[in-house]
Amino acid sequence: MSPPPSRDPAHDTFPKLLLRNAAVRGARVAMREKEFGIWQSWTWAEMAREIRCIAQGLAELGVARGDKVALVGDNRPQLYWSMCAAQCLGAVPVPVYQDAVADEMAYVIDHAGAKLAVAEDQEQVDKLLQIRKKAPGLARIVFEDARGMRNYDDAALTSFARVREIGAAREAKDAAWLDAEMAAGRGADASVMLYTSGTTGQPKGVLLSYDNVIRTAENAIAFDGLNETDEVLAYLPMAWVGDHIFSYAEAYVAGFCVSCPESGATVMTDLKEIGPSFFFAPPRIFENILTQVSIRIEDAGAFKRWLYRYFMALAKRVGIALMDKKPVAAADRLLYALGEFLVYGPIKNVLGLTRMRLGYTAGEAIGPDIFDFYRSLGLNLKQLYGATESSVFICMQPDGQIKSDTVGVAAPEVEIKIAESGEVLVKSPGIFQAYYKNPEATAAAKTDDGYYKTGDAGFFDKDGHLKIIDRAKDVGRLQDGTLFAPKYVENKLKFFSYVKEAVAFGHGRDAVAAFVNIDLEAVGNWAERQGLAYASYQELAAKPEVYDLIAACVEKVNRDLAEDPNVAGSQVRRFLILHKELDADDGELTRTRKVRRNFIADRYGPLVDALYSGAERGHISTVVTFEDGRTGRIEADLAIREAPRFAPARRVELARAG
Amino acid sequence: MANKGRVIGDTLLKVENVSLGFGGVKALTDVSFDIRKGEIRAIIGPNGAGKSSMLNCINGFYHPSAGQITYKGQVRKQMRPHETAAGGIARTFQNIALFRGMSTLDNIMTGRLLKMKRGFWWHCLHWGPALREEIEHREHVERIIDFLEIQAIRKTPVGRLPYGLQKRVELGRALAAEPDLLLLDEPMAGMNLEEKEDMCRFILDVNEEFGTTIALIEHDMGVVMDISDRVVVLEYGRKIADGTPDEVKSDKRVIDAYLGVPHE
Repeated sequence: MSPPPSRDPAHDTFPKLLLRNAAVRGARVAMREKEFGIWQSWTWAEMAREIRCIAQGLAELGVARGDKVALVGDNRPQLYWSMCAAQCLGAVPVPVYQDAVADEMAYVIDHAGAKLAVAEDQEQVDKLLQIRKKAPGLARIVFEDARGMRNYDDAALTSFARVREIGAAREAKDAAWLDAEMAAGRGADASVMLYTSGTTGQPKGVLLSYDNVIRTAENAIAFDGLNETDEVLAYLPMAWVGDHIFSYAEAYVAGFCVSCPESGATVMTDLKEIGPSFFFAPPRIFENILTQVSIRIEDAGAFKRWLYRYFMALAKRVGIALMDKKPVAAADRLLYALGEFLVYGPIKNVLGLTRMRLGYTAGEAIGPDIFDFYRSLGLNLKQLYGATESSVFICMQPDGQIKSDTVGVAAPEVEIKIAESGEVLVKSPGIFQAYYKNPEATAAAKTDDGYYKTGDAGFFDKDGHLKIIDRAKDVGRLQDGTLFAPKYVENKLKFFSYVKEAVAFGHGRDAVAAFVNIDLEAVGNWAERQGLAYASYQELAAKPEVYDLIAACVEKVNRDLAEDPNVAGSQVRRFLILHKELDADDGELTRTRKVRRNFIADRYGPLVDALYSGAERGHISTVVTFEDGRTGRIEADLAIREAPRFAPARRVELARAG
Repeated sequence: MANKGRVIGDTLLKVENVSLGFGGVKALTDVSFDIRKGEIRAIIGPNGAGKSSMLNCINGFYHPSAGQITYKGQVRKQMRPHETAAGGIARTFQNIALFRGMSTLDNIMTGRLLKMKRGFWWHCLHWGPALREEIEHREHVERIIDFLEIQAIRKTPVGRLPYGLQKRVELGRALAAEPDLLLLDEPMAGMNLEEKEDMCRFILDVNEEFGTTIALIEHDMGVVMDISDRVVVLEYGRKIADGTPDEVKSDKRVIDAYLGVPHE
């Protein structure tokens, strides 16, 4: 079944939207990049010219309709342009995670059959040159930043500047040819191929059509009232569907401006300078920002600390009600206004969120404390639920109906069904075409009547808001048959700033046990204030005091779990603190930083056994991979703690009454 | 290492029979070696061997009591540090010598000072030619910031930076002077492994990209053997070996100097 076309049939592809924007708002700034410390900008008209030259250049290099073009690098305007340039020619851009190691990259590029790759710099070029044996189809590599590549003489290499130059010459001669190419694209054509991060097995290439992406973007723009005056900072991986929708699709459809940060390390500074009106970040970024704020407040003087605490308490009490336009006492309104002047305003300014009209977070559950912190400051932060396969949007939170533990109601034109297994099924204009070269997986991911199986388990609450508890296949049962959703427990643990990652076990066992990863920054800072000396992550993680700290968190989680009869059985009985941070390079996390539970259970088998054997310590020896591919071994002897558990009070009473 | 395409040219600086004494202490005795254009030349030796004294002689801070130094084909007279700087020699220091209260950007900007033509009052005016000049120099400094990948700390006071980054800023300031000869006094002292690897990469990049001749003092043998073209070894103010890393490594006197000689 094909999705409905975009609402503007004359502009049903990105190249056509580009030409429309250049004609309608040619003088508006479309893109910015900080170069040599100064923001450089390109208007829609200039950007259209750039993209046309690049498209002509790529055509000269042999890129033709149906080809795949890999894009490897950080968020750079040139890479976004190359994306559109490829689409102008009818080729399909394939953005690749820039931090992928060579092997992972080889799989994606070979599977996609990319003939040409546009790489950001020497680092990426080195990787691409290295994988050419495994991806023999890759015939040409275009590089943007020539630094350090003076002595590279591989025949496959072409500089971006050169591509633009030959493109400009061709454009001067035959612009009509490109006009025809751009006009030849249809809404039903493949627009982009995005590889899933591969939580299970090899990554899958998700093919999205222009109709998928553009129609979905149109709906989302209407839902949130975005327009050409909005500002976005593009800093999340280009290979991720969220960035593709927010920094590319919505920008082209609504005509707003996208800014690229100077480098990954400068995002916070750039954020402050740009002051985006529309900001998207996974929960961990919001968490990091909050951790930074808390740490700096702890280091401030006594008066400032008091001021912060007083006004944050006030914000917590009335801030959210104010934003939801609920009645608030006049005195509180006045105090809140004072707080805005003294505390909230300055905080928002430092974080670069002063102009933020709309913020989204998705990908993982966000802690209620963190969520409420931002909302109480008057920032309209919302959650959404989505997937690569659905061009992001499945559920969105309408203004005024925000709850921290649900993901909102169905997005426009989205139908949601809950299967008997508890799995969430979705039908929407954004549902993907197919997994590339993988019909079995495509068939397995869609029902006969065209619903996409999200693989997530969830249910609707009484207000019709969807609540996601875990991956459907991960929801297990304890030996006594009680429901066990590991992620639900892990997320509750992760809501504490001291806990970076958690892994819960329990399926088929008599109780729940957990691994905890401490957050080096938060716990390190705490240790400093306690006067605890430590030399390494491993040493800090093994401190009895740190165990006490985490035990208190686990206790609170258990108390919390005990309140809900559905999950009271999932209380954590025993836990340990891991001696190393879980890392995507070791395969323990996916590239989007989700824990790979089974892999971890396997790798740390002896520790899992120790958790269930009643032993007081567990021994483990693990192999770690360094960035250059060498491996090393870490040995550790870890303490195991019992955590207090609480009686699920209500259910016991009900059981007695029954 | 991607060293192809590098050209090692003629002699840039020649040290002939240089001796230096402080009262009764002889810091250097009869040392001779040369530095060729485009090479990375290391000066190594145990503590107190006279390495820093040698560097100080080269950049004009000390004046040798005997012998002569020829730079760019000219025998150097009594020369003061700022004259050597104007002559194209820049250096970094063993114990970082940055302006701690100033930002990274301003610190590197100071490296351009000798290249600025307008005077103090012009710059107070901050207008016309002075402004144009500042923009031109700022652009150069921004290229260095980009090159050394320190954009994120552009506006941070250097006193707040970790040690490894301060070293990088210092390298940036030396580069700002667009030197022909760059003297690095223990660029990797006190760094952790990762910082050392980064610094190595930057030193090689500077040499490769800008063709800058580099003379460095370093204690970390691994680093020295990896990145330098030729090594001169000093002990008690005397030269005991001079050659490629491999030659030096197998030299008996060098091994003795570093590991000690067994006493019967």
